[in-house]
Amino acid sequence: MTGRARVAPMPQRLKPWLFCAPLIVCVGIVFLYPLVALVRYSFEQVGSAYIPSTFVGLDNYRYVYSDSLFWRAITNNAKLLLCVPVLIVLSTIIAAVLHDQVKGWKAYRTFVFLPYVLSIPVVGIVFGYLFQQKGLVNSALQNVGLGALAQDWLGTSTWALPTIMAVIIWKELGFGVIVFLARLISVPEDMFEAARIDGAGWWRRLRYVTIPQLAPAIVFYAIVELITMLSWVFAYIYVMTAGGPGNSTVVSEYYIYQQTFQNTVIGIGAAAAVTLLGFVSILIIVRLWLVRRVELLGVEG
Amino acid sequence: MPRYWPGRLAKHLLLLLFVFAALVPVYFMVANSFKTSEEYLSNPYGIPRSPTFATLGSAIHDGDLYRWLLNSFVFTVASVLLSTLIGAFAAYPIALMRWKPGPWLLSVLIALMVLPPIVLVVPLFQVMANAGQLNTYRGVIVIYTGLLLPFSTFLLASFFRTMPRDLLEAARLDGAGHTRMLVSIVLPLSLPALVTVATVQALWVWNEVLIAVIFLQSESLRTLMVGVTIFRSRYHLDIPLVMAGMLWATIPMVILYLVLQRFFIRGLTAGAVKG
Repeated sequence: MTGRARVAPMPQRLKPWLFCAPLIVCVGIVFLYPLVALVRYSFEQVGSAYIPSTFVGLDNYRYVYSDSLFWRAITNNAKLLLCVPVLIVLSTIIAAVLHDQVKGWKAYRTFVFLPYVLSIPVVGIVFGYLFQQKGLVNSALQNVGLGALAQDWLGTSTWALPTIMAVIIWKELGFGVIVFLARLISVPEDMFEAARIDGAGWWRRLRYVTIPQLAPAIVFYAIVELITMLSWVFAYIYVMTAGGPGNSTVVSEYYIYQQTFQNTVIGIGAAAAVTLLGFVSILIIVRLWLVRRVELLGVEG
Repeated sequence: MPRYWPGRLAKHLLLLLFVFAALVPVYFMVANSFKTSEEYLSNPYGIPRSPTFATLGSAIHDGDLYRWLLNSFVFTVASVLLSTLIGAFAAYPIALMRWKPGPWLLSVLIALMVLPPIVLVVPLFQVMANAGQLNTYRGVIVIYTGLLLPFSTFLLASFFRTMPRDLLEAARLDGAGHTRMLVSIVLPLSLPALVTVATVQALWVWNEVLIAVIFLQSESLRTLMVGVTIFRSRYHLDIPLVMAGMLWATIPMVILYLVLQRFFIRGLTAGAVKG
């Protein structure tokens, strides 16, 4: 704090830039420069300290688009998108029930949200044991006389991806519930009360009051979950199946990871990453538009 | 208001069903952490007949679990502190000063918030390798801080905007500069927002996998989330020991969640973040 008075006053219009400088530097290092470099790599055969990179035009893209594993990964991401409607329906029902202020709703909320706080590796490992050939799930099936359905859930290529989808739904559900519940709490209670006084039953209130009131939150949650299913599921795959058995659970993130860090063909990984980014940016722009609109209206949550 | 009781019963049954589903894996992890491997063979799913802390003890003594815990702790605390501090400084002009590029910068941050991390990791690996920062605390803390910044700045900016304007005007007329306004008025009034931002970020860093897999390949820097997968492979058949390791990895965040639940919920619903 020496010589505070002697510091020349800074022009006011530079102050904001000064305050934002650390942010801009960090965002530049972690987001902006890498994005530019990514696009460049996708046109190069990327070298190392000893081998210079060479420009290869569209070769990387040609390789990726003719690679059946890449299309398999994209198909698997498309299948994961099916989790989104399931999440929306379940979240809506649970949030609507919690919003009726059933006794102990806060305790219910705490437990329903708990899976979202647990880490994916822990969840993946524990479920891995539950879904084993001799695990709890198969024992339970045998006890209720459905032993014929028992199998090595994560170990067969038909069932591995649906099993992972079940785990994803299990973990992401709590997020939907709290987003929807926060929205319902912000709606004036009179709306629900009026419908009740008019004699509307629970399902009618859900259909004509709750769901219309939830609509903006549903759209928002849908966008966020679609982005998640396309590009934030690496950890589930890495921990539960590592893409197997027989590549049946490879998703686009895992494909990019394998090409870049296991096969060290960085240009190929970059071309696949640019493609993924292309798909996701449409959703990112929709989300940006939604968030900005909420901001301008001054509504929270 | 009197309600029709079968309806109420149905609601409780529905909620109990979902709570049950949410708790099955948690129960399996906790119950088995208090069993010996011998007991597990005869009693894999029941509650422990003679609960023991020995399994939890050997999990923490035996493996590298303790070091992984410390590493996760270091990365979480350092990057959360840095990104909250940098975010607060950036949020101030964006939210409270008439600054033309502010809204534009905020839009960029909102877009970056959900950018797929795999897309950044491919080039970042080259950047860090060229800078000699692979397998360093510093390199990974910078990456985590950068990745957290769009969220922390966004959330703090939307909170700062709700500050009482008269108070800020008054301080301004008393001749307070912007730095002073931020440090002695805005930040103290934003304590709930700061806690919210910090908890959500802590959860994210603690549970992060991709960056940890790629940038922390040396034994001594490994974090819990990669550690637990190694732990599982190492003790694969000793299920109580594996579950005890998982429980250790889970406890810190669950405690944070139970103590600061409303901050978690506010943070995750407000900007509606990717956690």
